[in-house]
Amino acid sequence: MLRARVIPCLLLHKRGLVKTVKFKNPRYIGDPINAVRIFNEKEVDELVVLDIDATTQGREPDYSQIEDIVSEAFMPVCYGGGVSTVSQMRKLFHIGVEKISISSAAVQRPALITEAANIFGRQSIVVTLDIKRTIFKRNYQVVIKNASQKTGLNPLKFAKQVVKLGAGELLINNVDLDGTMRGYDLPLLKNITDSVEIPVIALGGAGSIQDLGLVIQKAGVSAAAAGSLFVYHGKHKAVLINYPTEYELKEILGVSFHE
Amino acid sequence: MSNIAIIDYGMGNCKSVVNMLRKIGVGSIIASEPSALSNVCKIILPGVGAFDNAMKRLQEKKFLEPLKNLIVNKNVPILGICLGMQLFADKSEEGVLPGLGLIPGEVKHFDFTELKSTPSRLLIPHMGWNIVKPTSKKNPLFQNISTPMRFYFVHSFHFVCKNPENIIGITNYGYNFPSAIKKGNIYGVQFHPEKSHKFGMQLLKNFAEL
Repeated sequence: MLRARVIPCLLLHKRGLVKTVKFKNPRYIGDPINAVRIFNEKEVDELVVLDIDATTQGREPDYSQIEDIVSEAFMPVCYGGGVSTVSQMRKLFHIGVEKISISSAAVQRPALITEAANIFGRQSIVVTLDIKRTIFKRNYQVVIKNASQKTGLNPLKFAKQVVKLGAGELLINNVDLDGTMRGYDLPLLKNITDSVEIPVIALGGAGSIQDLGLVIQKAGVSAAAAGSLFVYHGKHKAVLINYPTEYELKEILGVSFHE
Repeated sequence: MSNIAIIDYGMGNCKSVVNMLRKIGVGSIIASEPSALSNVCKIILPGVGAFDNAMKRLQEKKFLEPLKNLIVNKNVPILGICLGMQLFADKSEEGVLPGLGLIPGEVKHFDFTELKSTPSRLLIPHMGWNIVKPTSKKNPLFQNISTPMRFYFVHSFHFVCKNPENIIGITNYGYNFPSAIKKGNIYGVQFHPEKSHKFGMQLLKNFAEL
């Protein structure tokens, strides 16, 4: 049987690896390539690497840095940040990236999703929705440009739309929970997995490996991603790259790997 | 050890294969045209994308005849990865063009309609890490890999072998399907060894040492 995936999410800022809280206050964690080497040793399922500057600075992905990272990664890598054209995607796939995440561009020009899926196959196109609660209502909306701009888009409706357009996977990133380690937003994620027939990756809020099990079992996601959980250790948040062992994952996810 | 050629026909992530081979100390070249194949001792055919598109690209780049010559007449070992493996079939439900016809069989879409109940939602594509069970302990491709062997999969179609003896590895997703196949010098794997940590490293090493 297929085990749900558990994915460290690495944020790039000024060429370093950082961790944010609610998309703010990036704290320097270390050298990204060093982190990837450690995640190799720990045999992580997959990696998500997001450049949090590219879109807000209006620049292209940093191809040479991405190439350095990918050439050290012996697991699938999804890259996101500053991707808005098919030719940029072609470059990234050529470098050795397996999946590309688009978020701001998916809102601004949804047709890009279809173009990309037709050329590269939908399994390699991940649409990332950054989601934030609205101020007055207990509703959610999609935000873009590193959460600096509201769109007014309803996450559920937009999720269905991007799936129709050709998204192969959805990465649901909860801005309010980012870096808080309070647990995932299970009801929101459950709503989304109930409405789409493609894999959903949950991100934002994981504080323990039990949270990973919860989001996979209760919200039905195909993958649980986390930042803080895999770069911090202890209540004082000492930097320590970590990842559960295969044995621990089997225990938490309740899946036997021997069938 | 002489070179392994990775066929670059615009349909796969050659770079990842090169990276992993380099990690295990195996030299390789990316062959973007048939002339690059003259002195190779082994071939890897990667592939991501649609079946017909891949066959068309192989034809346009004039790889078809040189490849068949090397594989069939000169017995050069070849490893097909993912779509690269599916191209070995006679045909595929995904397209209308004939495949390479190197291993008897056809490629079918995952079909769960016959299943009575499933323990969890079976989404397509089959994406993630899954177990491969070798059908024989003797198979050279699977030597010295710690068990359970897990590999990374991303696919919506799978091989159906006409001759069961061509199946060397089985994986379960809703039902059992052939995840590794072999006929003589022709090897195919549905998963991505180049993205499967130590499991994939050892498998590629085994192929390099054949």
